[in-house]
Amino acid sequence: MSHWILIPILLPLFTGLALLIWSDRICVTRAISATSALALLAVDLLLLQRAAEGTISLYALGNWPPPFGIVLVLDRLAALMLVMTSVLALFVIWYAACDRDQPGDSLHPLIHFLLMGLNGAFLTGDIFNLFVFFEVLLLSSYALLLHGGGKERARAGFHYVVLNLAGSALFLIAVSLLYGVTGTLNMADMGQRIAQLDPADRPLAITGGLLLFAVFGLKAAVAPLYFWLPSAYAAAAGPVAALFAVMTKLGIYSMVRVYSLVFASEPGLLLPWLWPLALVTLAAGIVGVFAARELRRQVAYLVLVSVGTLLLGVAMNSQQALAASLYYLVHSTWICAALFILVDLMRQQRGLLEDTIESGPPLVQGTILGIFFFVACASVVGLPPTSGFVGKVNLMQAVSSTVEAVWVWPALLISGLLTITALSRSGTTIFWRTTGDVIAQSRAGVMPMVAVGGLLLISIVFSFAGDPVLSFMSDTAQQLADSTAYLEASSLFQPVERGDIR
Amino acid sequence: MEALVAIAIGVMTSCAIYLMLRARTFPVILGLTLLSYAVNLFIFVMGRLSTGNPAVIGSGETYPDPVPQALVLTAIVIGFAMTAFILVLALRARVELGNDHVDGNQEGRT
Repeated sequence: MSHWILIPILLPLFTGLALLIWSDRICVTRAISATSALALLAVDLLLLQRAAEGTISLYALGNWPPPFGIVLVLDRLAALMLVMTSVLALFVIWYAACDRDQPGDSLHPLIHFLLMGLNGAFLTGDIFNLFVFFEVLLLSSYALLLHGGGKERARAGFHYVVLNLAGSALFLIAVSLLYGVTGTLNMADMGQRIAQLDPADRPLAITGGLLLFAVFGLKAAVAPLYFWLPSAYAAAAGPVAALFAVMTKLGIYSMVRVYSLVFASEPGLLLPWLWPLALVTLAAGIVGVFAARELRRQVAYLVLVSVGTLLLGVAMNSQQALAASLYYLVHSTWICAALFILVDLMRQQRGLLEDTIESGPPLVQGTILGIFFFVACASVVGLPPTSGFVGKVNLMQAVSSTVEAVWVWPALLISGLLTITALSRSGTTIFWRTTGDVIAQSRAGVMPMVAVGGLLLISIVFSFAGDPVLSFMSDTAQQLADSTAYLEASSLFQPVERGDIR
Repeated sequence: MEALVAIAIGVMTSCAIYLMLRARTFPVILGLTLLSYAVNLFIFVMGRLSTGNPAVIGSGETYPDPVPQALVLTAIVIGFAMTAFILVLALRARVELGNDHVDGNQEGRT
């Protein structure tokens, strides 16, 4: 039995604890934090390599056979999400280590606790365990959001915490409802039981499923549950906002996982909801991008646009569309993080104006930041040769009927056009329509530039590596659509004999 | 007994929702606490209500479902931690913003 699957949960946990204990010297903290993130990426790549072969690995905690014990399951989707998160975390920690983790000494441990929750949520095969890992990552995210203090953060933080606590209550109701009906918590087992459910109990299971959709919708910031997102992301510190780019994607991941596994026998459960909600989310995001007066808020609304686009892909409900959505999911996480970091850098060079979209003093490093901003915007909008282009083209190719094309194509193309209009207005205002003198003492070093440049470079590489990546994504979508392999993995499980434990 | 428990949970939840929609932070937190009580009861009930069953497996003919009891313990612990956190956060927001309105301003005060 391989214990490697546990590493993505244990490594951040122990790193976080170690950082809490040895927190007196910031350079030591940064070194440990970055090393751990690098090690996590290495382990996740190893797990990805194993998952890419198509085997589904199962790890039974405490050697309790499924469906009675808690299992961790490593399939292609889980491995993909792990790698995506650890790449993001590496860049965020890198950027935070460029003196952006001050003031306050708890940013690094909190990032690692958040990573523990995220990795656990991606790996777990037990729905109550999913709730527990959600709470782990939410508690860290509450504290991360407040990092740095101040009025805006206290206000946005309170809303965020209250909403998520209410969401957790709904999650618990949904999980216990499903347990009451099926008598199991293992997601694979629950799926089988729901398929053979007594018709009298079916409405209860459906209620549970829709309640879960509300919970995941809150996490993913699906309309009408997105109002917390712009103010929370705009108030968060730069590295924190960049890291939060993955939080909405966790909601999408949970939807894909739970509905492909638990509600595979009820394919019509979500579809009538997904289409209108995806379009409304997209429209709300676009309106927000136009209405935003600060760059950070604008980027936060771009996250919302990406959520709407992703939901469209999920709503199309085909393997090809799911593969395209997964590609877009990874792309949008990295590019939104790059934008948050970039905006944070630009904000420091504009004096009192900060990130308001008004003409002000020219930026010290206007050329390089301008180029970065251009590339990032091109990628987030979906212009070649960036990964956004590949993602959107694939989403548009995935339409299976004329009716779908009539909705999806205009939605993606018009949203792209409107986004590029709004972003070019911000770009010209900040970089070209400048007044007054440069604020000299705010030059950013090489290291933070590398963090942004690295993420943007990945976006371009991700586009040129589109072919192998997309074939991996379509394998992932195929594995998700065919849950028999998943069920087989859990039925083939053999508990380890006492003598075998070394 | 089922009806009585269901009504109790329902009343508690509706009180919680009323309190959570208030404009001051403290009633909102009370509402969240009440909601978590209601949810804990709900989880417990999902193991089916029964009377006279021993809690220990093997000491009688039948035994109640142990899983919801484990779940409810987890939920209580998490809910307790979250309540403590949001209380501290509300105090902090009161200090930062100068009032205890959930939006941090006194306009449209109740």
